[in-house]
Amino acid sequence: MGEAAHRYDETLPLEYRTQESRLNILGFWIFLGAEVALFATLFATYLVLFQRTGSGPTAGELFEVQDVLIETLLLLTSSFTCGLAIFEMRRGRISGLIAWLLVTLLLGAGFITFEIREFIHYVHEGATMQTSAFLSSFFVLVGTHGAHVSVGIGWMILIIIQLLQRGFTPKTARKVFIVSLYWHFLDVVWIFIFTLVYLLGMVI
Amino acid sequence: MGANSHRESFPWKHIIGFLLSLVLTFAALWVALSSGLPLKAVIVIIVVFAVIQASLQLFMFMHVNESDSGRIQTFNMAYSFFIAIVVVAGSIWVMQFVL
Repeated sequence: MGEAAHRYDETLPLEYRTQESRLNILGFWIFLGAEVALFATLFATYLVLFQRTGSGPTAGELFEVQDVLIETLLLLTSSFTCGLAIFEMRRGRISGLIAWLLVTLLLGAGFITFEIREFIHYVHEGATMQTSAFLSSFFVLVGTHGAHVSVGIGWMILIIIQLLQRGFTPKTARKVFIVSLYWHFLDVVWIFIFTLVYLLGMVI
Repeated sequence: MGANSHRESFPWKHIIGFLLSLVLTFAALWVALSSGLPLKAVIVIIVVFAVIQASLQLFMFMHVNESDSGRIQTFNMAYSFFIAIVVVAGSIWVMQFVL
């Protein structure tokens, strides 16, 4: 550390070259830690309440394997293509980077489309936020994740516009890298929604 | 700095991470819906699979341990998961006496 940490370092990937960028990336990891705590409270609420179904449907009656699997595969693949985008960025290929970011966006939009369809389907079956404690906590947990994905889509579009306008700079590279961390994190949360909400709901 | 050490020509790390994630997803699905194991065993296995898959994302895709602050980042995420476990398991444990 010391003097060396403040210097512009040519040997590092573009997104890590300035001191400001390194601190931005570290700061974003701290933010993700706070996000873990946020989702932990929503998971705790859901897991305490999910068998309180009142007069409404149970998780086992509501969830359908096929829909859940499609959503899971869309988001998992989008996390993979987002990783490929960063791989291309580190090889200095801006066209590869933008192409994989666009694929990631399409898969993310597909995920959101299926999730909205799933929610509409539930509401048509009479399973709304007001039906039971199970459904209130379900919609809040899964909906908060869906809102995060929607924010991620908007954010990534803005970053692509900046890339097209400004090309590779230490600043745009850092912004791309941070939005990629955010996107991967959305899949980390989804893994636990898939496991603790959907799989558990279909087993119990 | 670790960030510079993986200048590969082919994204092996990502492909292996993706394939393992797919395997874990389908394995969890099978254990939950078709294995016929007792409920407690099913829960333990699918949660372990989820933790492994989350770690794959963090290490293979997000490179949590790269850069000069890699250790701080890794410790930060480990601590946040500790908080998550305390909040979730603690809530379930406390509320089982109420409901």
